[in-house]
Amino acid sequence: MEPVKRVAGRMAPLDLADVDTDQIIPKQFLKRIERTGYGPFLFYDWRARGDFVLDRPEYAGAPVLVAGANFGCGSSREHAPWALRDFGFRAIIAPSFADIFRANCYKTGLLAVTLPDSQVRHLIDLVSEDPTAEVIVDLEARQVRGDGFSYRFEIDAFARECLLGGLDEIALVERHHKDIAAYEKRRAEWLPAVK
Amino acid sequence: MPNQAKTLAQKLWNAHVVRTAEGEPDLLFVDLHLVHEVTSPQAFEGLRLAGRKVRRPDLSVATMDHNVPTRGGVRAADDLSRKQMEVLAENCRREGIPLHQIGSRRQGIVHVIGPELGLTQPGMLIVCGDSHTSTHGAFGALAFGIGTSEVELVLATQCLPQKRQGDRAVNVEGELPLGVTAKDIVLGLIGRTGTSAGQGHLVEYRGPTIRGLSMEGRMTICNMSIEWGAKAGMVAPDDTTFSYVEGKPHAPKGAAWEKALEYWRSLASDQDAKFDGVIELDASKLEPHVTWGTTPAQVVPVTGRVPSPRSETDERALRYMDLLPGTALADIAIDRVFIGSCTNARLEDLRAAAGVIQGRRVHPKVRAMVVPGSTSVKRAAEEEGLDLVFKAAGFEWRNAGCSMCLGMNPDILAPGERCASTSNRNFEGRQGSGGRTHLMSPPMAAAAAITGHLVDVRELL
Repeated sequence: MEPVKRVAGRMAPLDLADVDTDQIIPKQFLKRIERTGYGPFLFYDWRARGDFVLDRPEYAGAPVLVAGANFGCGSSREHAPWALRDFGFRAIIAPSFADIFRANCYKTGLLAVTLPDSQVRHLIDLVSEDPTAEVIVDLEARQVRGDGFSYRFEIDAFARECLLGGLDEIALVERHHKDIAAYEKRRAEWLPAVK
Repeated sequence: MPNQAKTLAQKLWNAHVVRTAEGEPDLLFVDLHLVHEVTSPQAFEGLRLAGRKVRRPDLSVATMDHNVPTRGGVRAADDLSRKQMEVLAENCRREGIPLHQIGSRRQGIVHVIGPELGLTQPGMLIVCGDSHTSTHGAFGALAFGIGTSEVELVLATQCLPQKRQGDRAVNVEGELPLGVTAKDIVLGLIGRTGTSAGQGHLVEYRGPTIRGLSMEGRMTICNMSIEWGAKAGMVAPDDTTFSYVEGKPHAPKGAAWEKALEYWRSLASDQDAKFDGVIELDASKLEPHVTWGTTPAQVVPVTGRVPSPRSETDERALRYMDLLPGTALADIAIDRVFIGSCTNARLEDLRAAAGVIQGRRVHPKVRAMVVPGSTSVKRAAEEEGLDLVFKAAGFEWRNAGCSMCLGMNPDILAPGERCASTSNRNFEGRQGSGGRTHLMSPPMAAAAAITGHLVDVRELL
């Protein structure tokens, strides 16, 4: 994975709570066997209805999505962050994220940043009024900065390290092969195994 | 150091720690990795590209469920679906992972076949690239859904780094009234908590009402833990659990059974274990529940009315569902009925629905289908003659799969169609673009099929 240190640029507002992964990438697009190619199908049904906020020209190409609480709830499909990334987003700011979705974002190199309601509200108001407003989502400094404001965010220390270093998590776990082998030896003999 | 009282979740967690280090997530060992066709192809490809092998194919089991067609005689609905299933079969063959593919005797929804095969046992850590993996928590296991990158990680290492979670309890007391089911407990709970209160928490469902539930009922409740945001849901194992597991194909036998049982009996929260929060629920006051909106938390008793919107989310849901506040739930006509999904397609669910349907006919304006959770459930139901009850009433009797719970196969709603569904999600378009879903229990869905509108099943009992 490429290291992710900061994302800078314009924002796109999605002022909705409980945006589920079925909306982000509907099921008919989960039949692909690749990790890429999902961008055109992002929010497919909402975009098909017309006048969807992300299709407005002033938000085209914005790398930062600002959304409502519990973003990414529902299905565990990693296709959701793949689609957001394919579409061009590199960071998502919301008051809260569903757990599996947030984990999937980190694995995909997508910065999922939690800020309090009031600060997310400010960003949504800001970008709704001035679509050219830019922010810097700075993972090293743990800050979201813009013209006249700087918001600090918390993020799991290990996830941050993996993102900053672009670390291969499988390789990190593989380093502990002795611990894993030792654990395997002490597992109860009644546990099921399928040969 | 005093001997600290522990919750069930903490005991399960601690038992799976391979390695712990300051500033890092715990490395946990996975006892069982369930695999299906939709969230695994990219993971297998990642392994192959990196030159890695599956570390423990013997602790992995695959099935085809999400996109399988449920009409007999068809192997795949379309080329992409066929390809996805072929890729799974090829990956399993290459890596030596047992696969229950379409057409085989044990094929079914991944969360239905794990318990049926006796692969799901108390004390285990179980993961799957599917958010409803929490179902297996009903056995006193730690079970949660993961994404595809994590699937790849587990395939490669059989481990998963995980940050410690908080502990919650839901304590349910009181006798379930007639016509009220486990589904109504969990829908009533989510109606109270909202869609995200469980985030970052492992939840233990406990109390006399939970103890009194069958394994099927417990699975229904644990299944929907994710719908209020919980990382996992679980129930401490007891004699109900043990007698369910005993004799299943992969259950321990003889001396191993006795040893396992001794350990399993220790899997309960200690008397003075501390939870971060306890939610109290009185089951005796519950009524059958039905969702009116587009999240499972937008739910009311069937005797109620569509509520006035309290947020923009509510307004959006009302528009999508084409409902007006104040409408009596019982005045809402339906077009389709779906009895199925990993939430409610086990034998007990089908029996409960058939009990309502027996001797009645599906309303002429309604198209109704039953999709058993697994091929084994289907077979068992047919041995009891349940298929005849459903078919005589006008239900379609299908093959096992996820089917219209998520509509990846041809079983979908047409735009504008309204469905009484025993599944777990009423999100916009979940059962088909433009389709409208009302979640409820199997008896409630059966009753709706007969009357042609949402209805209190107690009127038919």
